[in-house]
This record gives sequence, structure tokens and C-alpha cells, in this order.
Amino acid sequence: MSGLLVGDDEKRELLEVSLGPQHPSTHGVFRMNAVLDGETVVKLQPVFGYLHRNHEKIAESISYLASIPYTDRLDYFSSLTNNWAYCMAVEKLAGIEVPERAEYLRVILAELTRLQNHTAFLGFLLGDMGAWGSVLMYAFKERDEVLDLFEALTGARMMCNYFRFGGCRCDLPEGWVVQAKKVVANYPAFLDEMEQLLVGNEILVSRAQGVGILSGERAIAGAMSGPGLRASGVDYDIRKVDSYGIYDRFSFQVPLGDHGDTYDRLMIRFLEMRESIKILEQALGGLPGGEVMNPKVKIRNMRPPVGEAYARLEAPKGELGFYIISDKGPSPYRYRVRPPSLINLTLLEEMCVGLKLADLMIVLGSIDIVLGEVDR
Amino acid sequence: MKGVAFLGLGILKGMVVTGKNWVRSYFDSDRLITVEYPEAKMQLPENSRNFPFLVFDGDNAEANLRCTSCKTCEKECPPKCIRIVTAKDEKGKPFKHPEVFDIDISTCMSCQICVEVCPFDAIKMDSAYEYAAITRFDALVLTKRELAKPNEYYKKIKPVEAAEVDARLEADRKKKEEASKKKAAANVGG
Repeated sequence: MSGLLVGDDEKRELLEVSLGPQHPSTHGVFRMNAVLDGETVVKLQPVFGYLHRNHEKIAESISYLASIPYTDRLDYFSSLTNNWAYCMAVEKLAGIEVPERAEYLRVILAELTRLQNHTAFLGFLLGDMGAWGSVLMYAFKERDEVLDLFEALTGARMMCNYFRFGGCRCDLPEGWVVQAKKVVANYPAFLDEMEQLLVGNEILVSRAQGVGILSGERAIAGAMSGPGLRASGVDYDIRKVDSYGIYDRFSFQVPLGDHGDTYDRLMIRFLEMRESIKILEQALGGLPGGEVMNPKVKIRNMRPPVGEAYARLEAPKGELGFYIISDKGPSPYRYRVRPPSLINLTLLEEMCVGLKLADLMIVLGSIDIVLGEVDR
Repeated sequence: MKGVAFLGLGILKGMVVTGKNWVRSYFDSDRLITVEYPEAKMQLPENSRNFPFLVFDGDNAEANLRCTSCKTCEKECPPKCIRIVTAKDEKGKPFKHPEVFDIDISTCMSCQICVEVCPFDAIKMDSAYEYAAITRFDALVLTKRELAKPNEYYKKIKPVEAAEVDARLEADRKKKEEASKKKAAANVGG
């Protein structure tokens, strides 16, 4: 047994329930050992590792280039931001410059990734709340438009494998920018429709408001990052703090929540998508010409100088960081991923104790995890 | 529990959205997004990629294979799904041709790193995707015979990219010819 059960001296009659790993609302192979008093959660122990694929160790035995497709498979909803974070770390390590056009492409694709990730999140969270199907279909219809853009550019809808050290793999195909502008221009209408569909809905409001409250203080103490942290009212967005890439050139706001409950975590995604659209409009409008790849860089047989580098960025789910140590060999000496999903998940018990079992799923859904990234 | 008056207005609003979409689906073809696979298939974009294939020029798949068995792709392949054995002539001397070229597509993760590292433009990404098989092992290992496809096929699935590659190869060939001509001229002169 897991050792979670409370001792005999407890007067209450407690029941230990194992939720998952094959449970439809755990978003993958994730298990929770919940101790229940009636229907109230008393204790909770997340159990993960069912999807462990040895990503970090594999990366230490293959070339720098060959790790990029593996990073796609961390958070498979947002492969492009994973590519970017890894490339950023290697670029930092080897001191590689990125051409201007490539920087613009990176921002455009990262924001498109954020759009489609948050869109899918809405569908899944509402599915957890019992509106299985209809909201998800609305969301996926719109998300598909973004995935079509990814496919036209990178060749794959989800495992994009597009960024390279010192730029991007290939230039935009003909008509891509026009199509992207069209998708971005249509997005606010979709968000309006979605808000009309959801925001005032009494069932949603009564299920989400005041559920799974996380104070800003505790969120910081638990190293939470991303929309979950900002929903608790902490103004921390790495796009603003580090202004990596060329994010300092665009004007956008960082939306903040007030209460830190599930409803705030849901609404903050709506607001973030609207800000992403602003960035996309600016970036697509100002896309310069030129190279997409630094011509000096040889991506094969890369041997960065001895040293270490940590690069991080604001992935849709939070702070995604890559830490690489090089000993001038053909593969990294040490390779470590700081996955936002895993670290956000550690606060799950804190948010859930005292709630009903049915609320547990909503709180888990509102953190927005992907098990590929939790277990790596 | 909370101060939400349950009047149902929000739910009604949502229902209106759903109703609108339902009615519009009868008049607006944009709302009917489902493609009835396999009767209908989507038009894939040019960049679409699935599994690699080997390009050959002309019409002899065996002799005109562009692959020189340099094994760069085998070395770089992240999941190590490529297996190459270099061909040998009667005296046992290896020459630039693959005797065996297998790709295990049950392991391949369609990353196209092999395409990027290939110095001879010999391996390219295919966009065919119907590879279902009823056995688990041999059927999913594509051999040289199944992988070899003519340059015309490449031009058909990826016209823009193939034109670029052809132009580059042609330029390389001309350069080489000129260089050898110069060399020959220099030899005659000397």
C-alpha cells in the first residue's frame, strides 16, 4: 500500500481511493491516491512516472541535433516552445546569434502555440466539469486552424521539430503569412463566442468559483509558474521579466487574477489569448525579410565549448527551462529539463484538501498538465 | 454555497450559441468541417511529412539510387531506425552503394533529421500515410525496394522543394564537369 492511510487513532472512517492511472480525467497516465472522509478529500498523493521515457538520459547519449525531435514529445501540445527553449539553451552555451527574421518567426509560432494550447485547455477543462464533447469540439475546430498553419510550415501538426540552433529549419511557404493573418483575425470572434457560451453559465460559475483556491504566497513558495501563478495575482511573466528573444519590441499586457481559484485560472487563459493575438498582429505585420538561419552555424557535429547554460521561456503552461552542461563532447554531459507541468502539479494537494472528490478533477484540469512533460 | 443566483440566463445564452451553430450548419459550408475519410481525403500541404523514402533518378531503381551508403543518416537518426550495409564488389571492395537499406517505421518518429543531414539529397520525406499492416514485424520494416521511389514522384508530391533540389544538383554537376574539363585541359597542356 502507499502508506497514506491514517492510523487507527483516527475516529473518522477514511477510505483510500486510487484514481488513475487509466482515468479519463487525469489527462494521461497519472495516478492520485486520495484519502476520503465521505466525499471530502483529506489527503492526496500524486503518483507519477507511468510515462517516463528517459528523455534526459537519452539526450546525454545522442548528438545535440538529435535531441530536438525528442523535446517535441515533452509537452506534445506545445512542441514549438519546447524546441525554442532547448535551442535557446544550446545557443547560449555555444554563443550563437539568431537572425532577425528567425526571431520574429519564433515569436509568431510561440504565440500561435499558446493560442492553440489554451484553446484545447478550455475544451478539456470543461470536459472535466461534465460538458464533455461540445466545448471540446468548438475548441478543436478552432485549434485545427492553427495546426493547419503548423503543418503547412513544419510538416507536422504536433511534432513540429522546427527550430534549429541559430534559426529555423526552413522559410515560410508561399501564402503562409496571409493565412496566418486570417486565422489570427478570426480568433477574437471565436473567443467572443466561447465567452458567450461559458462565462455566464451558472453551472460553470458555481462549480469553479471558490474552488481550489491558491494564494499568491503559496504559489510562489511552491515555485508555480505560468497562468496558474498569475491567476493567484502574482505579476510574473518571463516574456516581461527576461524579455527573451524580441519580446521587448511588442506591447502586450500580463493579465492577473484576483482570487486564485479555478474560475480565475480559466478566465486568465481567455485574457492571455487576447494578448497573444495582440502580439501576433504586431509580429505578423512587422515580419522582416532576410535569412532564417545563421549561415555560420553547422548544426551537425555540434561541440559547444566547455561550460553550462540555463535558458528558460514562458511556455503556455509555465516556465520551461533547459539546463545543459557541455564537456566539449558530441553530446551534452548533463541535460536537465525544468518542466512547468511537474512543478505546478506539486501544489495539487494544497489546492484540493477539503474539497469534494468531484472538484478534484476540476482543480487538476485547471492546472493544465501534460503527462509527457511531467514524467519525461 | 456561493452568491450565484441560479436563474439560468447564462445557460440560455450558451444554448443560443449552440442553436445558432446548429442552424448555420445547414446553410454555411464552413460549419461542416468533417472530412469523411476514407471516402474523402484532405489535401495535404507540400511540407507534410510522414516517413522517409529514397530518391533515384531515371528508371532503374537499383542502379540509379542517389544514396552512396555514407551512413550519415544512420548515425544521426535519433531513434536509430535506419540500417545500412554497404555493397561490395566481387573482390570484396566496398563501393558507394547500399546493399541493404532498411527503415523500421514502427520506430521512426518522422523527425526528418535524416533528410537534413543527407549530403546527397538522396533521402526525402514522403507524405503517404496508409501503412497499416497485419503483422507486427516484417511488414513495418521498409526495405530498399519499398523505399526507392523515382524523382518524378518526389516532384509530384513536393514540387517547390524538388525543383530547388534539382536546380542545386544540376549546378553541382556543371561545376564538377567544368572542374574536370579544366583539369583535363591542364593535363594536356602540361
